[in-house]
Amino acid sequence: MDRAPSIVAAAATPEPVVLPAARPLLTRAGWTAFLVALVTVCALAPVLNLVVPADSPFHMGEYAVALIARIMCYAICALAMDLIWGYTGILSLGHGLFFALGGYAMGMYLMRQIGRDGNYKSDLPDFMVFLDWKALPWHWTFSDSFVATCLLVVLVPAAVAFVFGFFAFRSRIKGVYFSIITQALTYAAMLLFFRNETGFGGNNGFTDFKRILGVPLQTPSMRMTLFVFTGLTLLGFFLLARWLVTAKFGRVLQAIRDAETRVMFSGYNPVGYKLAIWTLSAVMCGVAGALYVPQVGIINPGEMSPANSIEIAVWAAVGGRATLIGPIVGAFLVSGAKSWLTVSAPEYWLYFLGGLFIVVTLFLPDGLVGLARRLRLAGAAALEAKAP
Amino acid sequence: MKRLLLLLALAWMAPAQALTADEAKAIALGESDARIEALNKAIATADDRTAAFLQALADDVVKVAGDKVFIVRDGKGADPVTGAAVDVPADAEDVVSNNRMRSELDGALAALQLFSPDAALRRRAVQSLQKEPDEARLPLIEKAYAAEKDAGIRDQLGLVRAAVLLGSSDKGKRLEAARLLGGSRNPATKPLLVERLREEPEAEVKAALAASLRQVDAALAWGDRLGALFSGVSLGSILLLVALGLAITYGLMGVINMAHGELMMIGAYATYVVQGVFRSWLPGHFDWYLVAAVPVSFAASAAVGAILERGVIRFLYGRPLETLLATWGISLMLMQLVRSVFGAQNVGVENPSWMSGGVVLLGNLQLPWNRIVIVGFAFAVLAGMAFLIARTRLGLFVRGVTQNRPIASCMGVNTARIDTYAFALGSGIAGLAGCALSQIGNVGPDLGQAYIVDSFMVVVLGGVGQLAGTVYAALGLGILNKFIEGWAGAVLAKIAVLVLIVVFIQKRPQGLFAVRGRSAEA
Repeated sequence: MDRAPSIVAAAATPEPVVLPAARPLLTRAGWTAFLVALVTVCALAPVLNLVVPADSPFHMGEYAVALIARIMCYAICALAMDLIWGYTGILSLGHGLFFALGGYAMGMYLMRQIGRDGNYKSDLPDFMVFLDWKALPWHWTFSDSFVATCLLVVLVPAAVAFVFGFFAFRSRIKGVYFSIITQALTYAAMLLFFRNETGFGGNNGFTDFKRILGVPLQTPSMRMTLFVFTGLTLLGFFLLARWLVTAKFGRVLQAIRDAETRVMFSGYNPVGYKLAIWTLSAVMCGVAGALYVPQVGIINPGEMSPANSIEIAVWAAVGGRATLIGPIVGAFLVSGAKSWLTVSAPEYWLYFLGGLFIVVTLFLPDGLVGLARRLRLAGAAALEAKAP
Repeated sequence: MKRLLLLLALAWMAPAQALTADEAKAIALGESDARIEALNKAIATADDRTAAFLQALADDVVKVAGDKVFIVRDGKGADPVTGAAVDVPADAEDVVSNNRMRSELDGALAALQLFSPDAALRRRAVQSLQKEPDEARLPLIEKAYAAEKDAGIRDQLGLVRAAVLLGSSDKGKRLEAARLLGGSRNPATKPLLVERLREEPEAEVKAALAASLRQVDAALAWGDRLGALFSGVSLGSILLLVALGLAITYGLMGVINMAHGELMMIGAYATYVVQGVFRSWLPGHFDWYLVAAVPVSFAASAAVGAILERGVIRFLYGRPLETLLATWGISLMLMQLVRSVFGAQNVGVENPSWMSGGVVLLGNLQLPWNRIVIVGFAFAVLAGMAFLIARTRLGLFVRGVTQNRPIASCMGVNTARIDTYAFALGSGIAGLAGCALSQIGNVGPDLGQAYIVDSFMVVVLGGVGQLAGTVYAALGLGILNKFIEGWAGAVLAKIAVLVLIVVFIQKRPQGLFAVRGRSAEA
């Protein structure tokens, strides 16, 4: 049911072709904000957490550190979603899968780091002892090496996304079809990871982590290190995404989003562009998952439930698509509201989230950032009208 | 206890006394081996008095004093042979039965129940005999086999008899049993034959056993195949039901309705409410509640659907991805609403009595009534919907509006109203699906989530906007799923099917039945 204006109408009013001007990576204000964020993450948060005494009102408690770290991981996912949905127009309902794949890769390493400190005092992870397995399955081969794990965190989501995307984009699956197939893919993976015999701990997943690189996870300094690292990763990915979308590459992506057929007629092959951004987006989610797992202390197949993937899309939609900063804001607001509401009024959380979906799609198609922009423009117009 | 009293009463009146004092003594006293031998001898000529005595032994209410045996219940002694009340001497001692004796007693009691007038008791007795075939019981089994009138129990008894004969030390008897079992259509025969084949020393008997095994396998194979086919059709009809509503809202109207599952959930809860109403107000007609629930669940979901269309969805036509998000939000709210009203736990929805049980087609093929009813229901809904779309004025308008909205509008069709009707129709059919699902699975707030991926898969695979495609896709997926399940297990089958769909969509992005047209954009 296509209600777009007809081609005849569009042809009747030919518009002059205006090429978008090359944009700077960040404006002056943007750089300032970025620096503030950098300082906050690298200096302010550790000082507030480690140096400021616990009874001071400026002290940042364990709960706040854990919450912000978690939301920063979510924000990376939202950023990844913005690249693929906001800028390329491809709604993925499977980003939870990539997040979980990165998380599982890291989880396997953390499980091996437990060593013989598990309940069964065995070299094998507890759940394998419980299943009476005698040796590690083949896909655990590299799990004792941190370097290999870091590679896997990137390569596994990348490989899955590349293979899936290659076939999907080549046969020109797009729009809703693509969304639904990604959802099915995630759903299938969830069913697979729920199985005990696949060697991923079944429905309990991995938990009870003790240390990373030999350092205990539960010390304040370790937590702060992970926090800072997560923050830097988020900022780094933000700069990378910003660089991509301001470059020619990003403009081709937006052209694909707005009129893929015309892009093809102009001599571009959209498959390569889509595949590249899709794979990058998956890798970002994988890295977010890998950072998330040691800080939260658990990874299980629930992370792959369709609802989680859709929530990522909601962060992006609430904040404002195709703005990069919007999805990060959305992730902070929605997840923050979630952690507050699920504690204070658990029965209202779903009403709130559901209502948010509806309100945003009906009234805020550009999200909060779009709303802010509109208000600013309206304010400027009002000022102009007042001036003689 | 009632049964026991009945046995005792019967024992009182029985004129013939097969149980003798010597037998009673032999069963109650001495070494286990001797007691068991006596027990088996006694049950061959058993009467009700024997049954009462064995029951008393099993209940530990038998005492002995010298060489006299008594049954002592509630402080009153009785002679096991005559049943007459007697005084029990003060120095009477309890009869102690060890575990081996106990299991023999249970077996013997089961054997005696073969003659009970209650068919259910007899059936149970046969089942317990089947567990451990014992040659000593053969005369009893043959007697019961000759007397049995119920064909099902008679078959079972025949099987027990053959099983006992298979274990016989007489080669001729084993040979006969092996041949006899070849004609069996009972799935329980197979393990029996396999086990015997492993232990059998005689080549001739072995050959007969192997031949029978082949015969049984061949007979069972058909039952298995048909059974898998039926469960495939059954699953397919469920998929069809859950996808039919979506075929309208998504297929025809283009609304990515993620709340479809929750509309089904509403139908299931409507069924639950109707059940409650019948239980409190019309308990005499409880079996008919389901018939009343069908229109109610349709109406409930259709009403919710109409409200959603008017309130939210009509602002989002032509923006599929936004529709997806908004309807997902709606689904979350509906789920929470149901949790607030009915609680987070699953609620119990009962099958009416006419839906329990099933039709036995072959020895190993039983079709449960609730599945048969759902298959019929799915096709009835399909027929009704096809009629509505293809033959009625509303259907004409819906087709007109979805194919060419401006022209339909020019012809005087109120397109906005048709949108509402069409969406309500799709939602109502989802409600019907929920009503059907309530009969075979759990009814809870998460009911819809379990089916949403499936229903989208079916519609996408069938080809969006193609009713026929939806039917083929649903049945095809159902049957495929069940056949893969046969050798890979349920979860792997589901994964395999999902992967196959993904691969298939790669090859044919338009689904099974593509809409032919000239549009460059899908």
